[in-house]
Amino acid sequence: MIVNKSMYPLTTGFSIISKMQDKFAQLQMQLGTGVKAQTLSEMGRDLPVSLSVRSRLTTMAGYNASIEQVDLRMSFYDNALTRLDEIEGEARNSAVQGQYGSNNINMATISGLSKARLDEMVTLLNSDIAGRYLFGGSILIASAMHVVQRTCRARMPGRIAPWFVILGYNAFIVIAGTGYLLGATQSKEYAEPEWYADLWLTIVWVVYLLVFMGTLWKRKEPHIYVANWFYLAFIVTIAMLHIFNNLTIPVSVFGTKSYILWAGVQDAMVQWWYGHNAVGFFLTAGFLAIMYYFIPKRADRPVYSYRLSIVHFWALIFLYIWAGPHHLHYTALPQWASTLGATFSIMLWMPSWGGMINGLMTLSGAWDKLRTDPVLRMMVVSVAFYGMSTFEGPLMSLRSVNSLSHYTDWTIGHVHSGALGWVGYISFGALYCLIPWLWNKRQVYSLKLVNWHFWISTIGIVLYICAMWVSGIMQGLMWRAYDRLGFLEYSFIETVEAMHPFYVIRALGGALFVIGSLIMAYNLYMTVRYGEAEEAETATGEALAPAE
Amino acid sequence: MSLWKKHEIFEKKSFVLLVGIVIVIAIGGLVEIVPLFYLKSTIEKVEGMRPYTPLELAGRNVYIREGCYLCHSQMIRPMRDEIERYGHFSLAAESMYDHPFQWGSKRTGPDLARVGGKYSDEWHLDHLIDPRSVVPESIMPGYPFLSAAKVEDREISAHLQANVVAGVPYTEEQISNAKLDLRAQADPEGNDVDAFLERYPNAIVRDFDGNPGEVTEMDALIAYLQMLGTLVDFSIYDDKANLR
Repeated sequence: MIVNKSMYPLTTGFSIISKMQDKFAQLQMQLGTGVKAQTLSEMGRDLPVSLSVRSRLTTMAGYNASIEQVDLRMSFYDNALTRLDEIEGEARNSAVQGQYGSNNINMATISGLSKARLDEMVTLLNSDIAGRYLFGGSILIASAMHVVQRTCRARMPGRIAPWFVILGYNAFIVIAGTGYLLGATQSKEYAEPEWYADLWLTIVWVVYLLVFMGTLWKRKEPHIYVANWFYLAFIVTIAMLHIFNNLTIPVSVFGTKSYILWAGVQDAMVQWWYGHNAVGFFLTAGFLAIMYYFIPKRADRPVYSYRLSIVHFWALIFLYIWAGPHHLHYTALPQWASTLGATFSIMLWMPSWGGMINGLMTLSGAWDKLRTDPVLRMMVVSVAFYGMSTFEGPLMSLRSVNSLSHYTDWTIGHVHSGALGWVGYISFGALYCLIPWLWNKRQVYSLKLVNWHFWISTIGIVLYICAMWVSGIMQGLMWRAYDRLGFLEYSFIETVEAMHPFYVIRALGGALFVIGSLIMAYNLYMTVRYGEAEEAETATGEALAPAE
Repeated sequence: MSLWKKHEIFEKKSFVLLVGIVIVIAIGGLVEIVPLFYLKSTIEKVEGMRPYTPLELAGRNVYIREGCYLCHSQMIRPMRDEIERYGHFSLAAESMYDHPFQWGSKRTGPDLARVGGKYSDEWHLDHLIDPRSVVPESIMPGYPFLSAAKVEDREISAHLQANVVAGVPYTEEQISNAKLDLRAQADPEGNDVDAFLERYPNAIVRDFDGNPGEVTEMDALIAYLQMLGTLVDFSIYDDKANLR
């Protein structure tokens, strides 16, 4: 007889015992906490049931919200109708002969009373219509007005004020643009409009701030949504920069010409404090706000990290303001100031990428949508361009790099990767989302055309910025090239000649980008005109089906 | 955890958020801008600097109106190639009367900070009318209309007055004679030249556009270009006096 381990199956026994212990612990846990499973995998066969219950709960919550909304509207209509009824009664009473002379009704007051009643009726009938079709003009104002109302669940205050902002802002653009054609310019970068246009913009902007803050005050949500922090920072900072950079002394109130209050070095510093933050707050903070609303909405995923958004918000707005003097390296501005500018520009890299990471990672779990949804793809590529530009920026703010890149097309290339890639694409993405929502369409007219727009303009941007990189670096190197005898190798005009082919490529790239935008304009027009209407909310199918 | 909890006040009180934003964005600007108004290197006084003559100021306004700064910088950096190509690096004091500054940030064309005296008036005239007539490869647009446009001099005193408000030290005499001075600078044969030169020592008096009949915008622009960067005499400039 062979004696071996198989006769004494100790191992098997132990493992059985330990399994039993595990099971026991699990049962104790379930008994103690009342929760059947800690993780989804532990649920085993119960998983599908639980998931379906959860999804139904979510849907029901959604329905509840809809019902509440409808309820709100109904009660509002109810109030309005009641009041209309009362008005009718009052009006009848006024017309009754016996009432004449009593109740303060006589020939003097009757017309006033009637008019007041008529006005009230008009107001009642209008109140739900106003505020609904405000959206137009520039994408920032449009999206800010949409997002702040949506995320606060509150109407914008005032009925004329929001219209004033939109029409006023567009009027400003016309005033400023016609000024350039007539030679009315301050010749300060991004601050060309003369004093009369600046004054007008200041008024419009203050009203913009007020309607925005007013909506925040009226909000029904306890928290202010992230996107609104960025919108608010953008509006406030632009107001501050605009005012200080445009303090001018007009020659006469009847003329366009004015002299800026600051001179020379001080003017240069104020200008670039303004100029760089026109980029930082107008083209970054404002558009980050768009990103924080439209990407999560489109991807149907929550923002990746709330804490990251807190940290990168405060860091971004604090650091950006310092970065201006990197536009003035090696100039008559003191070196300490331009060094501060460069230092903060490098620190700025982190919060900028914080924003990029938060935008990109919002897609985790929904990356497959990039394949099928060209609108989302456009917004994601936009964030990628943002990441690229905000890496290139700190690089160019280094004194040694800047000594080559400054005064050349490299700067132009850098600006356009931000302006066309980041700002352009996130705006296009927002428009492709917003227009169907506003006109109650299911989707844009043609996703295929969105795809064409995407690829044509991407090729355009790549041609544009590559041409500018090559041309800029080449020109910078040619300016500082010396021959063997120690003389400057190239005359200035030779560098101008050398840039020619790159300017042709740049024009081609720009033209492609414009063509892409025209495709979008056509697509959006067709969406409004012929797009497939969104089905009524109550008809959205499966959740109403009886439970199995 | 508690720190994140504390942030709630910004998320729940819109006014607190507004105030927080204003404080945070104010700091950088205050630190970087305010010192420039009292630091010695940025408010240095340099021998030779004077406010623009009325004609030069009118020329500068043409320069601003046409947006020349979009292609031409006026700021020479202290690098070997730039100093060899354009001249001594620019000083803060050289733009102390510039409202606004015109340093620019792009050189599609060359820097103009020291273009004064490098070319003749005739060259400038030809170049501004048709750049390709003197530089065949140039991509600059022509400005022939400047020769035909009479310079706007009715309000020139008001222009000087506005500059005074902004801090340029024009005297009462200079302001009241502004219109006279504007004509005198472009008319070397006239009677007011001596009085003009008394008010603006070392200013150039010439018929800049070769058209003695009237003072055109071409006169004004060339007068401005010809004085750019010429006011400071670097053979006597003490670079240790105002270390940058």
